[in-house]
Amino acid sequence: MFDFLKGYDLLAAFWVTVQLTFYSAVGSLIWGTVLAAMRVSPVPLMRAFGTAYVNVVRNIPLTVVIVFTSLGLFQTLGVTLGADDFTTINFRLAVLGLTAYTSSFVCEALRSGINTVPVGQTEAARAIGLNFPQVLRLIVLPQAFRSVVGPLASVLIALTKNTTVAAAIGVAEAAALMRVMIENEAQLILISAIFAFGFICLTLPSGLLLGWVSKKVSVRR
Amino acid sequence: MSEENPPRATGDLVVLSDVNKHFGALHVLQSIDLTIARGEVVVVIGPSGGGKSTLCRAINRLETIDSGEIVIDGKPLPAEGRELAALRADVGMVFQSFNLFAHKTVLDNVTLGQVKVRKKDKKAADERARRLLDRVGVASQAEKYPAQLSGGQQQRVAIARALAMDPKIMLFDEPTSALDPEMINEVLEVMRQLARDGMTMVVVTHEMGFARSAANRVVFMADGRIVEETTPARFFSNPSSERAKDFLSKILHH
Repeated sequence: MFDFLKGYDLLAAFWVTVQLTFYSAVGSLIWGTVLAAMRVSPVPLMRAFGTAYVNVVRNIPLTVVIVFTSLGLFQTLGVTLGADDFTTINFRLAVLGLTAYTSSFVCEALRSGINTVPVGQTEAARAIGLNFPQVLRLIVLPQAFRSVVGPLASVLIALTKNTTVAAAIGVAEAAALMRVMIENEAQLILISAIFAFGFICLTLPSGLLLGWVSKKVSVRR
Repeated sequence: MSEENPPRATGDLVVLSDVNKHFGALHVLQSIDLTIARGEVVVVIGPSGGGKSTLCRAINRLETIDSGEIVIDGKPLPAEGRELAALRADVGMVFQSFNLFAHKTVLDNVTLGQVKVRKKDKKAADERARRLLDRVGVASQAEKYPAQLSGGQQQRVAIARALAMDPKIMLFDEPTSALDPEMINEVLEVMRQLARDGMTMVVVTHEMGFARSAANRVVFMADGRIVEETTPARFFSNPSSERAKDFLSKILHH
């Protein structure tokens, strides 16, 4: 029944999916945090940039963002992100696009977490002489992160599935392989089921794990 | 208890001149002039909404003021930025709702400012923190998180956290108002000890017993103004203003 799988490297394809997810998740977490910091900063210019970025980027379809990284950044502007071969260039462009897009959601999740931190925490931190970056880094963000592990898990699951869009610029991840198999093989339902199962194998454990982490790290008041 | 607490004035530490602040249409601080001498314990009392807390919070600029001037230790209160942070490190603040850092242990609450603001090394900060926790009577709770402590213990930790910065002055914004009655005294006792040790203190409170026993001066505030400023003995036995008489008659006879 599974003979048709011969000649297709499913594991390699899903490995690319995992790598796309991993690098984009790390990137989004960092850039999303920076954006959230900008959105609550006392500097009006930073606030304006953060707000504009989030509202523009999260309202553009991901496909458009990913295709732009290839057609706009690479083919028109010649951005190669330090790579020589097409496989690596496309992979890095996809990570860049996914990061740029997912950061806006990380930022908003985090900002809602910042709003759950009582204002007294900030006042007490300022009262002992901490400056704004210290207040944010030492007091507000650690508490904000703990309260948004749940929402961030949803963002991570969405990101894992969104990596399939990278197939549009020729990254050989799971969805790209699925397209090839659907063209060449007859077992269409089985192929879809296999890939659906593969994604559930990736997202279900990370969702459950983060759900557990969320309970573990929650701040008691 | 009703004996005079002699003033220990040796120069002015905080000077407020003609300070005004509005919250929208509410004129919450109206031409406030107040001078606090080094080593002096000033208790601010008065009806709710009279501007007591706002006055206290204005001294370290947690509330900005609309006009007037606040001078601390000879220097005008700076605007936002590094200088303001440096000034706040010298002004200890204790809040009504404790505001201990919820994600940090009691010990870390007391060492954080020493390490990040005073740039002490971790070991020295730890030692100092444990000494202070011992002084306020919560040394055994050092490894716990704030939520595991009673309100009275949390407030004493908050006092230790402020003292760890070696402040020139301590501000208390209704430090016992959120406490269960049986915990009020343990906090007041720590404050009395501080006063005896010569700390300059501004205390906003409804605890008349504390005002009597620890204050060098009582400042009575109502409707955004300082109505009366006198010694505790005179204030409680023979207040000069009608507003203060009215206030005292309501709180002292029940």
